[in-house]
Amino acid sequence: MKTSVFLGTLSVAALAAGFASSATLDDVKARGELNCGVNTGLAGFAAPDANGNWQGFDVAICKAVAAAVLGDSSKVKYVPTTSETRFTALASGEIDVLSRNTTWTFSRDADLKFTFVGVNYYDGQGFMVRKDLGVTSAKELDGATVCIQTGTTTELNLADFFKVNNMSYQPVAIQTNAEGEQQFLAGACDAYTTDASGLASTRAIFPNPDDYIILPEIISKEPLGPLVRQGDDQWADIIRWTYNALVAAEEYGVTSANVEELSKGTDNPEINRMLGGEGDLGAMLGLDKEWAKRAIAASGNYGEIFAATLGEGTPIGLARGLNALWTQGGLQYSPPFR
Amino acid sequence: MATTAETPQSGFRLGMLIYDTRYRSITIQIVVVLLCMAAAAWLIDNLFSNLADRGKDLSFSFLWNRAGYDINQTLIPYSNDDTHFRALLVGLVNTILVSVLGCIAATIIGVFVGVLRLSSNWLVARLMTVYVEIFRNVPVLLWILVAFAVFTEVTPQPRDFKVTDQMVAEGTEPAASMILFDSVAVTNRGTFIPKALYERSLGEIKIGFLPISLNTVAILAVIAASIFAFRRIRKNASDVQDRTGLRPSTWWMELLVLFVPLLALLIALGFHLERPTLGGFNFTGGILVLNSFMALWLGLTLYTAAFIGEIVRAGIAAISKGQSEAAAALGLRPRRTMSLVILPQALRVIIPPLISQYLNLTKNSSLAIAVSYMDLRGTLGGITLNQTGRELECMLLLMLIYLVISLMISGGMNVYNNSVKLKER
Repeated sequence: MKTSVFLGTLSVAALAAGFASSATLDDVKARGELNCGVNTGLAGFAAPDANGNWQGFDVAICKAVAAAVLGDSSKVKYVPTTSETRFTALASGEIDVLSRNTTWTFSRDADLKFTFVGVNYYDGQGFMVRKDLGVTSAKELDGATVCIQTGTTTELNLADFFKVNNMSYQPVAIQTNAEGEQQFLAGACDAYTTDASGLASTRAIFPNPDDYIILPEIISKEPLGPLVRQGDDQWADIIRWTYNALVAAEEYGVTSANVEELSKGTDNPEINRMLGGEGDLGAMLGLDKEWAKRAIAASGNYGEIFAATLGEGTPIGLARGLNALWTQGGLQYSPPFR
Repeated sequence: MATTAETPQSGFRLGMLIYDTRYRSITIQIVVVLLCMAAAAWLIDNLFSNLADRGKDLSFSFLWNRAGYDINQTLIPYSNDDTHFRALLVGLVNTILVSVLGCIAATIIGVFVGVLRLSSNWLVARLMTVYVEIFRNVPVLLWILVAFAVFTEVTPQPRDFKVTDQMVAEGTEPAASMILFDSVAVTNRGTFIPKALYERSLGEIKIGFLPISLNTVAILAVIAASIFAFRRIRKNASDVQDRTGLRPSTWWMELLVLFVPLLALLIALGFHLERPTLGGFNFTGGILVLNSFMALWLGLTLYTAAFIGEIVRAGIAAISKGQSEAAAALGLRPRRTMSLVILPQALRVIIPPLISQYLNLTKNSSLAIAVSYMDLRGTLGGITLNQTGRELECMLLLMLIYLVISLMISGGMNVYNNSVKLKER
């Protein structure tokens, strides 16, 4: 009897979560607010600024979606999630979309029942060490103590990398990036490993960033992107095409500054279709005509967002690299708006 | 209308289930049980239908898949090629290790604190009061984090131990050095202590998943035999004393019996210590006692000891003052009064709440993840849960295992409680 009561309690939790899974778009509209899962704090990707407003590359996706769906980019409730809690938060319906530098993998897509809507940052796993350690390659890390965020793909890549190279290491499992920074700075680990972009962002806020180097080896592919629960295809489409609109906007030269003007009509029918001047693409998504215009106006196109949050003008100083547009030798590419 | 002539019906009527006090309580109980079962069935049905909606099933087969991650403290052999189940066992062993050591240390400290808090020495008694009030009124998680911060911030890094050629030439000392004849290195990763090695090892046998070193078994057996012989010698001496009034001198026999067999065995096995040496990033060789383990153990111990101290004090206070007065009248000194008269009686009051404290300590050990100690919650409920996405299964398993551990602790302690409780015939 006791066991069944206890099972019952569990199922109440599952039940409460179950209700939230249907028609996310209606839920968000009824609520008037988008629940967006973000990092607990990773400068450049998602971190509150001095005034407590969330800023960053992943946050911009939340803003664009809120602008497209609700017409106001500020109607977002940011839910900070750790690498351990993020999937439970999404699966349980606590958040509508997870935009938290999360790697797209087969098992997360197929087994965890999520849908990745795209890749907003092509990344790879790297290592950061103190410069005075004298290490210049990750292959010299035999015997090192390595700080690693638990519940991530990097945790498994790390095990594979050391195994393949026949080296040993001591893992120190940490829960958040902040905890990792603290332990790494205190010298509790020789190396800190996560996505190379995360390392750059972490290093940028160290007291003396120049005392640390990021080793040249990139040991894995980490395509990071926003994801939603599987089974609500309309909602997945909304996030996917909001993101595509940002990329296409950069390709066609639509910026937050000129989007208002261009929406009045241009010579390029693709821009007209995207911004709602021609046809009614928005209705196919269950939105109004000007959804993409508002999404772009929220924080600018992909290039503007990148430059403002991660780019070479920011303390994080990441180059576009793989994340340049396909027309400039990168991988960022939007399917046609037609 | 000859009502008086009617006798009560002897048969059973349905209404009697409610109106007859003989049956009413049973009826109510049955109805409540049925309602509870219906509610439980409804909830379980909901659980499964919701899981089905989500396209998930309840399956534990993931336990046999490759884990793929590494664990920093493995008391049983483990590599990332082993299964999730093996990782679960590693975590379970780590949980049990910190719980058992924590319970032992907390009991020892708690008994001292409880006894000293009743001391007639004003300063000692007040110091103990301060200890109890500070430790039991601050959450245990904070104590664990404080201990961890102290261990990692105060201690030197392994590279501080490095002696370079330049330093030798200049005659400067490294920033840190090993202690206890260069055998123990205290670093911010953990403490490296020497490891016992045997040149002529007896090998090891495997019982289930647990490899057992025959060397350790042999040493423990010899020590047990030595203690047995030692007690026989003592008993013989007492018998002689009872008969003749003279106690024979046995100290040399006692020393011989206690130490010679052990030394002989160690020499036969080729026992020597492997000292940790600095190589590359860390010390190599020796045994690494992780700071996270030390912090967790210390935090849990000090916190729980404060509660145990109060339990011990309550137990002692429950013994009537007449007992200690009687003991004093018989000429027993205070210390002997405590150990022979008060504590044995106080145990009857102490043990039941003590069981709860042991259970608390064991369950609190699941805070380990805060300091990166890979206990059961860290392996099964942390990494395995995240990498496989089997939240429900992992949580059910986790709850079941903690339940079993707790029931085993209370079962064992209840047996002990029965052996010390007042025997009334």
